[in-house]
Amino acid sequence: MNKWTRDDMARRVAQDIPEGAYVNLGIGLPTKVANFLPKDREIFLQSENGLLGMGPAPAPGEEDPELVNAGKEPVTLLDGGSFFHHGDSFAMMRGGHLDICVLGAFQVSVRGDLANWHTGAPDSIPAVGGAMDLAIGAKQVFVMTDHVTKQGECKLVEHCTYPLTGVACVSRIYTDLAVIDITPRGLEVIDMVDGLTFKELQDLTPVPLIQASAAAKA
Amino acid sequence: MIDKTTSSPEEAVAGIFDGATVMIGGFGTAGQPAELIDALITQGAKDLTVVCNNAGNGDLGLAALLKARRVRKIVCSFPRQADSHVFDALYRAGEIELELVPQGNIAARIQAAGAGLGAIFTPTGYGTLLAEGKETREIDGKHYVLEYPIKADFALIKAHRGDRWGNLVYRKAARNFGPIMAMAASVTIAQVSDIVPLGELDPEAIVTPGIFVQRVVAVPGKTALAA
Repeated sequence: MNKWTRDDMARRVAQDIPEGAYVNLGIGLPTKVANFLPKDREIFLQSENGLLGMGPAPAPGEEDPELVNAGKEPVTLLDGGSFFHHGDSFAMMRGGHLDICVLGAFQVSVRGDLANWHTGAPDSIPAVGGAMDLAIGAKQVFVMTDHVTKQGECKLVEHCTYPLTGVACVSRIYTDLAVIDITPRGLEVIDMVDGLTFKELQDLTPVPLIQASAAAKA
Repeated sequence: MIDKTTSSPEEAVAGIFDGATVMIGGFGTAGQPAELIDALITQGAKDLTVVCNNAGNGDLGLAALLKARRVRKIVCSFPRQADSHVFDALYRAGEIELELVPQGNIAARIQAAGAGLGAIFTPTGYGTLLAEGKETREIDGKHYVLEYPIKADFALIKAHRGDRWGNLVYRKAARNFGPIMAMAASVTIAQVSDIVPLGELDPEAIVTPGIFVQRVVAVPGKTALAA
């Protein structure tokens, strides 16, 4: 069994973003999705700091410190793109105008609670940014994360033990082992890496999974 | 004749008093009014409450204001960054108070102040640590948290061009918090790359109408933090 690489995961998420979607990609791993968006689809990337129609990184030497993404990295604006202030930017999120946001995660619970902003450790400095607005605002929230932490703990849990970002807000989880939908029936596995059996995936996951094909028959 | 322009950043920040609440525009360094902040450091006001999305980058601008120990409390969404060492050290030493607010709630609370609203119900943060102890309400089957406006005595913002009536246009993603902070402060002070004659800014494209701006100062060319 070969785990999906970060690029594989980003490619997999990108495949699921349809033509015409308004999308916000979170800082870190989700930012990679932009590199794999199908060239034959027009997809609108929103950045919380006031960009719609965000384009790729500029050529070296063309960087503009006043044209950056949420991670404060230089970007470009596509023809047809626009700038707006923070009030409008977060109205796009909270007002349900974004179709999809893609976020990282420390933990996701079976009911779709997301924890991704704070470990709660006493010596850590908390920072939340736009994560809570995106989590509850976008029509669909996709999470990208390793299935299991380096310490061997599964990121899918019954209840999040880290502080929550949003309640019951996640629609789909892309891990390095599987793609899992959060549905009223439970966690439905819709895709897995080659060479992994459903039982092996379930053994790594402390909460019940459903095979999507089985769920469809039920 | 109404002329809101001032001759220097020092003149522009006159009257900022000890204990004032000061909004500072910018997202990281994009749109951060570095020269106004430098003038504020020289001016000497202390015990400030600062409202800004971040808590300073590197050692310039807002970071320098923090380093000079002029800030008692900061209201922000994302203090911890790769280059926020000035804030990090003050915070760990217990020498600065932090009110952490989700970014959209900062924006909405600033807008509420600018629009004269008494409070807002926001869905952001419901069920999280950042809403603990706050009043909530279910409206149409959805949960909301009661949040109060954030207003300020002063706002320091950066725009691209302005005129003597205080009309402003911005540049690219440096716009960010400028327009909404301008509306929420008693005295809004804008640094601009140039001051142009009345009528030169296209009225269809003016982002901040002059009613929201009390002082304008030209800081031409490259500023300390960004183009």
